[in-house]
Amino acid sequence: MASIKLTINGKSIETHSGQTVLEVAQTAGIYIPTLCYHHALPPEGACRMCLVEIERQRSLQPACTFPATDGLVIHTHSPEVEATRKFILEMLISDHPLDCMTCDAAGDCRLQDLAYEYGVKGGRYQDGFKHSYEVNDPNPFIQVDRNKCILCHLCVRACDHVNGVEAISVFYRGFNAHIGFGADGSLQDSPCEFCGSCVAVCPTAALSPKLASGKGRSWQVEKVDTVCSYCGVGCKLTLNVRDDHIIKVESTWDGPANHGWTCVKGRFGFDYVHHPDRLKKPQVRKYLLDGKKKPKSRNGKLWQWVETDWETAINITAEKLRTTRDKFGPDSIGVLTSAKCTNEENYLMNKLARQALGTNNIDHCARL
Amino acid sequence: MTNSIDDIAEQAAAYFVIGSNTTEQHPVIGMRLRQAVKRRNAVLIVADPRRIDLVDYAVLHLQQKPGTDIALLNGLMYLILENGWEDKTYIKQRTEDFEDFKKTVKQYPPRKVSQITGVPVEQLEQAAEIMGKTKPMAVLWAMGITQHISGVYNVMSLANLQLLLGNIGMPGGGVNPLRGQNNVQGACDMGGLPNVYPAYQAVTNETSQSKFETAWGVTLSATVGMTATEMLPGVLDGKTRAIYILGEDPVMSDPDTNHVRTCLEKIDFLILQELFPSETAPYADVLLPGTSFAEKSGTFTNTERRIQKVNQAIQPIGDSKPDWEIISELAKRTLEGRGVSSGAPYAKWDYNSPNEILDEINALAPSYAGITADRLENGETLQWPCPDKDHPGTPILHTQKFTRGLGKFTPIDHIPPAETPDTEYPMVMSTGRVLYHWHGGQMSRRSKGLLEIYPKALIELNEEDASRLGINGDKRVRVSSRRGSIELDAWITDRVPPGMVYANFHFPEASANQLTQAVLDPIAKIPEYKVTAVKVETT
Ligand code: SF4
Ligand code: SF4
Ligand code: SF4
Ligand code: FES
Repeated sequence: MASIKLTINGKSIETHSGQTVLEVAQTAGIYIPTLCYHHALPPEGACRMCLVEIERQRSLQPACTFPATDGLVIHTHSPEVEATRKFILEMLISDHPLDCMTCDAAGDCRLQDLAYEYGVKGGRYQDGFKHSYEVNDPNPFIQVDRNKCILCHLCVRACDHVNGVEAISVFYRGFNAHIGFGADGSLQDSPCEFCGSCVAVCPTAALSPKLASGKGRSWQVEKVDTVCSYCGVGCKLTLNVRDDHIIKVESTWDGPANHGWTCVKGRFGFDYVHHPDRLKKPQVRKYLLDGKKKPKSRNGKLWQWVETDWETAINITAEKLRTTRDKFGPDSIGVLTSAKCTNEENYLMNKLARQALGTNNIDHCARL
Repeated sequence: MTNSIDDIAEQAAAYFVIGSNTTEQHPVIGMRLRQAVKRRNAVLIVADPRRIDLVDYAVLHLQQKPGTDIALLNGLMYLILENGWEDKTYIKQRTEDFEDFKKTVKQYPPRKVSQITGVPVEQLEQAAEIMGKTKPMAVLWAMGITQHISGVYNVMSLANLQLLLGNIGMPGGGVNPLRGQNNVQGACDMGGLPNVYPAYQAVTNETSQSKFETAWGVTLSATVGMTATEMLPGVLDGKTRAIYILGEDPVMSDPDTNHVRTCLEKIDFLILQELFPSETAPYADVLLPGTSFAEKSGTFTNTERRIQKVNQAIQPIGDSKPDWEIISELAKRTLEGRGVSSGAPYAKWDYNSPNEILDEINALAPSYAGITADRLENGETLQWPCPDKDHPGTPILHTQKFTRGLGKFTPIDHIPPAETPDTEYPMVMSTGRVLYHWHGGQMSRRSKGLLEIYPKALIELNEEDASRLGINGDKRVRVSSRRGSIELDAWITDRVPPGMVYANFHFPEASANQLTQAVLDPIAKIPEYKVTAVKVETT
């Protein structure tokens, strides 16, 4: 990598070759608007939002693909550049539903941000043909609204470069161009595995999580970083919480095991947390409360569950553990700890078995 | 894993994936394998009785018969030796007992191996050549290797292979078991095993024993305890009287469901701490509502030995409590009842936060000593061993030497599975999970989307078998073993070869574990889930 020197907006920058103009500008803290660029994916130059003026180039060039070389003199916000960007936005907006007031992406939409930045309302070309796609992909996870698609191809690249199954492509050209799955069918009939990478990179609500629909906008949620509760990969996840409910799961790009990638369970399988079946109170069998012997029959009253407070449940349980220990010895008690619980909890289970009960009968499902 | 996920994904020139359906079981690692093949032409060899999805990205699929992994590996090593592809310098400098091992491997010429495994000789030759010539190669496996009566020997054979090729302690190499549950690594590290205290300090070692006696202020037992697979059957002969289960569901996840139910019915006292009324709950005497990962803080250790921070996002649901609080209360009350109290430094149970528990772990588990709450709060994620506060953690194990000094070759012979097909039960069933569900299904069946996309149990059945059995329009089948019988829909597919079926244990109404048997690996006590003789009939 050779060291190079170039000028952006009159500021002289020293850096190394092998980067794009956009990367150099970003490192130097110079803003260039983008729509189809994502730092985790190869650039494609599809939207032309990032056009910049480069002296001695005949036309404006997309910063996200143009290689930074020695001696370039670049203007990121010249009048011509600004006018072109505005024109591109007007074209996009002319064929966009403009229902930001009910859109889940509002507040977290690059198109909305740029329309705001460039003062683009309604669009100049309202008379042109407008798309009207049905929003009806039947899968349970991903809402597909092609009316909001700006054909940035980020989803196509994510499916190829992240999950790798190539379930999404662009079908047809010109006005009929649209994203499609498999052989232009539904997601479920394509090789899609619902990893949600496409949803994560889509700049609008063209692809959005169904579970989160209507549950809260980005500024209404609290984001908490944590780790996935399913498999041993240990993906870092960001829970989006509103009113004490998880409404959506995202991933941050700094997760050491997953670098922003997840699978279907991590991204879309979180709602078990709020399932109505969740146990909400301690329960003990009635015979324990009545101080009776354990009934032989499982159908009688004595075997019924009774909800109690914690104090009662803990006292009964500890007492039973103690008497079993006294009567049959510590090794008559077994402890199964949990590969789903935290290290701290597993440490305590080990301490409980060995210290409080006096047995090494402790294991978990590592074998199962 | 001896190596890190990043290291393997970026550095390996070749991959040998055996007994791991990576794209469904460890999807994000599966994605990275696919990318390594697509973007940098890494070479992938898959060995699996099933045609799993990853096979599409492999140059070679070795479709060995279930339960013949040792023969397969010995056969490959025979060819590597025959062609002089072993890493002679590495073997000389870093290993021992090579000659004994070599003698055993010499008993596995390709023709014989091909007969045992069903893998054609040419494929054995191709695989051996790739392994011998492409370095570094990472070996990845999961339960397809361990859930056999020969599980431990299967793993040792893989270690032999990587020692032979000089791939252990190398970037992009290593022996890499992919751990199943989110914190199964941590549960092992924290002493959730019958033979070791936290950080694998043996209960039979006097120094460890006295260390924990001093810390906890009690006399400790030096007898190795019972494994999960021994505890339950122990109920029947009166050995086990009470069991305290935290977040596990033996009715779904243990082999031979009918037998499990019999044991649970006979138990004196069962404490179950759970999120849901699981399939095991009807047998419990006490049900304590614990909390999910979203309602508490602490740490998980992933498959690459990396400790990461879990942060509470919502309040506990209902009156449920973080599990660490419940365990502490129970222990405290039990000790009070016993009249035991001590001034020892770590005898107490009055923790105010998970961080205080982590402090205690730092003090008592040497490989976690440097993984402190402060460092984690500052955004560090560390891989153990991390012996002190300034240690950066260990992304790759055994780079200089092995824990025991030299890497040991172990001569290992093929052992056939416990139950082989016969005239009454002519087919082999293997079991496992699918992408959209998790283990006994308590969580994933309660996730709306996951249940909608995969709503019921399916058994994979080859087309040839299906047409032989006359299974066409109506795909419902009855599958029976010596222990039980289930009815479910067949998925007719070439993922399984003729003579084999594959079932999961996500749905209580048709769980594969009603058919599996509790025959265990004699060393690790892991059940042989991957080979059960069954018959399939139309209903
Ligand atoms: S969810 Fe994943 S697999 Fe499906 S289309 Fe999107 S990126 Fe591709
Ligand atoms: S669906 Fe989203 S990510 Fe895909 S092309 Fe359209 S706007 Fe871009
Ligand atoms: S998101 Fe998927 S791959 Fe990642 S830890 Fe969770 S279950 Fe595993
Ligand atoms: S961001 Fe450069 S062309 Fe879209």
